[in-house]
Amino acid sequence: MIRLNKVFKAFPKGSMALKDVSLHVAKGEFVFLTGHSGAGKSTVLRLIYADDLPTSGTVRVSGFSTASLKRRDIPRLRRRLGIVFQDFRLLEDRTAEENVAFALEVTGTRRSVIGPKVMRVLTQVGLATKANAYPHELSGGEQQRVAIARALVNDPLVLLADEPTGNLDERATRGVYQLLKDINATGTAVLLATHDLDLVRQASCRTVELQEGAVVYDSKDDQPAAREPA
Amino acid sequence: MRLTVREALLSFRRAPVLSALAVTTIGFALFVFGLFGLVAVNLRSTLGEIEERVEIVMYLTRGTPVEVVTVAIGDIQAFPEVELVDYVTEDQALERARRELVEFQGVYEDLTANPLPASLEIRLREGHRDSRSARAVAERLSGFRFVEDVRYGRDWVEKLDRLRDIAGVVGLVIGAGFAAAALMIIATTIRMTVLARSREIHIMRLVGATDGFIRRPFLLDGALKGAMGGMLAVALCYGAYVLVSRGLFRASFFTAEQTLLFLLLGTVLGFAASALSVNRHLPRV
Repeated sequence: MIRLNKVFKAFPKGSMALKDVSLHVAKGEFVFLTGHSGAGKSTVLRLIYADDLPTSGTVRVSGFSTASLKRRDIPRLRRRLGIVFQDFRLLEDRTAEENVAFALEVTGTRRSVIGPKVMRVLTQVGLATKANAYPHELSGGEQQRVAIARALVNDPLVLLADEPTGNLDERATRGVYQLLKDINATGTAVLLATHDLDLVRQASCRTVELQEGAVVYDSKDDQPAAREPA
Repeated sequence: MRLTVREALLSFRRAPVLSALAVTTIGFALFVFGLFGLVAVNLRSTLGEIEERVEIVMYLTRGTPVEVVTVAIGDIQAFPEVELVDYVTEDQALERARRELVEFQGVYEDLTANPLPASLEIRLREGHRDSRSARAVAERLSGFRFVEDVRYGRDWVEKLDRLRDIAGVVGLVIGAGFAAAALMIIATTIRMTVLARSREIHIMRLVGATDGFIRRPFLLDGALKGAMGGMLAVALCYGAYVLVSRGLFRASFFTAEQTLLFLLLGTVLGFAASALSVNRHLPRV
């Protein structure tokens, strides 16, 4: 469903953000993407949601390929993905419910469908009672749940999460992680980029480690790949 | 569609001062443009009235037989430019002189012989009351054998024509200048809105909104601001018109169609400006 094939990505200055990255995420899989900051985790995610294009190699996502991707394909590609960030990226002047509904409104969903769908995902993330709260009235964990609800409301095939627990305390982190596991259990694939090794160790999921832009470990192979000299 | 309208209206609520400023500036720019339009409208109606009076007078040689004149009237009436030919006999000319030139009444009283010639007064059809047509007709009239002189007030007819030409050119130049100013003002306000909403635009893109969808509220916003500016300008123009009509002279206002055209102009301006601005700034957000 997501397949990166020999992907290189150069920074504008010329140094490499990604070096020969090949990665396959199957339907319904839960994958941790780990590594230090600057290892290339966010770049991998950005290539997947077509915020950027690879310098060489191809990225295939649910029938779209960067080799033939046109500008007008990008919105259709993104509707198959749900994206969550460390800083939540909620609209401060809208309630939780409106933030979630926004994702449906801008994709032209009928009004009669929006209301029930929004309530369903807000219930799923455990925020049905706080539908009318504004982001500043919610805790960090709750704000991230709203962001996850927004990512889920379009029924994505994959949830991309870029350090979703980076701004959260331990308790909220566990809650959000459990929520992502629950979502994964319903069939949605999750690709979670994090440098929180405690979180990774607790989980028994596939882990892919990036170091200086290259994949150095994939638990699927269950053996370390050739590490690049540091 | 609902979202587009809501977002466009929200921009007024989110940045009321900026929006009001934009509408006011557009309003004033179009107001100056409208003032010129009013001058043009009034100048044209005045010119029209003066042109009504453009006529050619053809003085006849003394003693031209009435039959000859009658035939000539028929011929002249057949000219495509001619609307009406009026025969003024020598006696009628004297009669008119006595009536109209009161100061010289004594002079005319004492006359034993009538010094005034008979004449044909020729009125031109609408659309031919300009210097070129008048000159063409006058030249043809000079061809008649019994013609003493042909007059058509050449100087002022030509001056009127020139005045109208100048008015047209000045109108276009001023109009274009103000349209450009209004365009720039709207483009700037839209640019500020785009920047102010960059976070929202970013989120819209992430959740899969198309570029067209993102653009629409801005276009509607610009068109609305343009239309409101147009309305303000019409109101200001009306104020100016009332003021002039009461205090100076009887003026005329735009017709309903012209008013509508003015509002449309504002709307199109607003739309074009925001299209320019959005196309330029959206890709950078």
